[in-house]
Amino acid sequence: MGENGKEMTRDMFVIRGKNVNKMETMSRPNISFWQDAWRRLKKNKSAFTGLVIVVIYSLLAVFAPMFSRYGFSDMDPNSMNALPSLVHWLGCDSTGRDLWVRIWMGARVSLTIGLSAATINMCIGAVIGGLSGYYGGKLDMVVMRIVDILYGIPSLIVTILVMVVIGRGIATLIIAMCIVGWIGTCRFVRGEVYRLKNQDFVLAAKVLGVKNLSIIIRHIIPNIMGLLVTNLCMAIPGAIFQEAFLSYIGLGITPPNCSWGILAKEGIKMLRVAPHEVLIPAFFICTTMLALNLLGDGLRDALDPRLRGSEG
Amino acid sequence: MLKYVLKRVLAALITLFVLVSVVFFMVRVMPGEPFTSAKLTPAVAANMEKYYGFDKPLPVQYVQYIGKLLQGDFGYSMKYTNRTVNDIIGETFPFSADLGIRALVIAISFGLVLGIISALNRGNKIDFICVIIAIIGTSVPDFIMGAFLQYFFGIKWGLLPIAQYKGFEYTILPSVALAFFTLASVSRIMRSSMLEVVGQDYIKTAKAKGLSDLRIVGRHQIRNAIMPVITMLGPTVAAVLTGTFVIESIYAIPGMGKYYVESVSTNDYSMILGMTVFYGAFLIICNLIVDILYGIVDPRVRIATPVEDS
Repeated sequence: MGENGKEMTRDMFVIRGKNVNKMETMSRPNISFWQDAWRRLKKNKSAFTGLVIVVIYSLLAVFAPMFSRYGFSDMDPNSMNALPSLVHWLGCDSTGRDLWVRIWMGARVSLTIGLSAATINMCIGAVIGGLSGYYGGKLDMVVMRIVDILYGIPSLIVTILVMVVIGRGIATLIIAMCIVGWIGTCRFVRGEVYRLKNQDFVLAAKVLGVKNLSIIIRHIIPNIMGLLVTNLCMAIPGAIFQEAFLSYIGLGITPPNCSWGILAKEGIKMLRVAPHEVLIPAFFICTTMLALNLLGDGLRDALDPRLRGSEG
Repeated sequence: MLKYVLKRVLAALITLFVLVSVVFFMVRVMPGEPFTSAKLTPAVAANMEKYYGFDKPLPVQYVQYIGKLLQGDFGYSMKYTNRTVNDIIGETFPFSADLGIRALVIAISFGLVLGIISALNRGNKIDFICVIIAIIGTSVPDFIMGAFLQYFFGIKWGLLPIAQYKGFEYTILPSVALAFFTLASVSRIMRSSMLEVVGQDYIKTAKAKGLSDLRIVGRHQIRNAIMPVITMLGPTVAAVLTGTFVIESIYAIPGMGKYYVESVSTNDYSMILGMTVFYGAFLIICNLIVDILYGIVDPRVRIATPVEDS
């Protein structure tokens, strides 16, 4: 019943702007998984700070040495152990080499090693783990036995031995890290794929006659991509750590090449005389670790499908 | 349970065997020779090679080495005259082990406490401080931590001895430096696992039964949350043990790490082999113990074979 006791009838209402064509369109643009993740990552302050730091450091590593007056191994006897100043922005080391340039040359090496070792490990691990998890059976048996055995062997020892056998250098360091480094990724990818392949959407694809390869590419990979990216981001600090560690004990990169590990090592010798020589590389190592860890944490939250669409 | 233990032991033995074989052949293809001193005449060098059995074909050497190894004999060092690898390990390992155990105790106990406090105070200032400590801990490499602790506590404030290993106060700085990274990761894992457990049904049941908070946290929450920490104990022991390499060199501690690194750079075959096998065996046994412990604590692990558990 209406307000005035009158009965409401159909003809009292007028249809305004009904458009059959528009009814089916979506009012908001379709957000893909990655757009959604990016949106959530941007909201996460600490993770976004991490991302910004990583980007700035990478850019500086590429460009800073190009635009500096000093070469990374130019020695200047007049400015040995010089403190940071306008001439030498971050001071000089014990042989008068400019630390600003050396830091960014070191960043090139450290970041390259971190990124490439982690990426290669991820690729190898993902392929082996994926195949093993997807096809199962004998292949899986063999792979898992190998993984079980390799998992028991302390990775650092293998890395050290491989480095010694094939010689020291950036490339060999990466290779050495990759020989046992893929195992972690392999285990977790295998588990994920094993879980996914028994789910209904994969079954549906199979019933529809989709080939195995397309199932892997179209259905399995997009589903584990988020986890892989997070994993990659968490693995980079580990690789940088390992490089610094190996260089520190004298089994990694050798001078005149420099990396953050070497800079820290050289700095520690001068700790009493010129503390800035260790404080500066330490600051960059720590902030990079911090940034990557924060970014990794943020990515894990942003890419977690269970949290998708939550908090608006 | 017995079947599970046997399976793990068998896997550990195979791993150990593979490790020994791989290292044996890897060491032999390393560039360089152990006897390179300029003082050595070719005849003496040949004699020494004969003494160490290098003139025999590789497979024979391998069988001989394995045979000796089964009796626990690592052979003589090639650089330190008249000292067996067993002697050197026996002399230096106690230092490394002592340092490692101290660091582990500090890392696990403080890590757990920090993680629990942090989880119980979720979202407030105390949690924030704990999380900050944990993040810093996972971001600072242990050699930098070691150097800083040494600089501030030893040199600047003169509170603690800066080097060597001669008494309790000497052990504090190195063990804290070594423990910090592990402490931080233990506390992070404990925190997140505590928070996960809070939402479980059995906690609700415990609350519904009217148990006190202390009992809920102590009996139900911590006991269940501690599982992931136990899983990471194996890798943790490995991390702490290899971490001793640097910490020993910073604090001038006469442990195994120095000898290991040195033997790698001087091609001391028998030392590299012996120490690698020793380290490897030690870690494999640690992992084995953790696996078995895990099987005892969590009945679900026993039923699922380790291959299927991921």
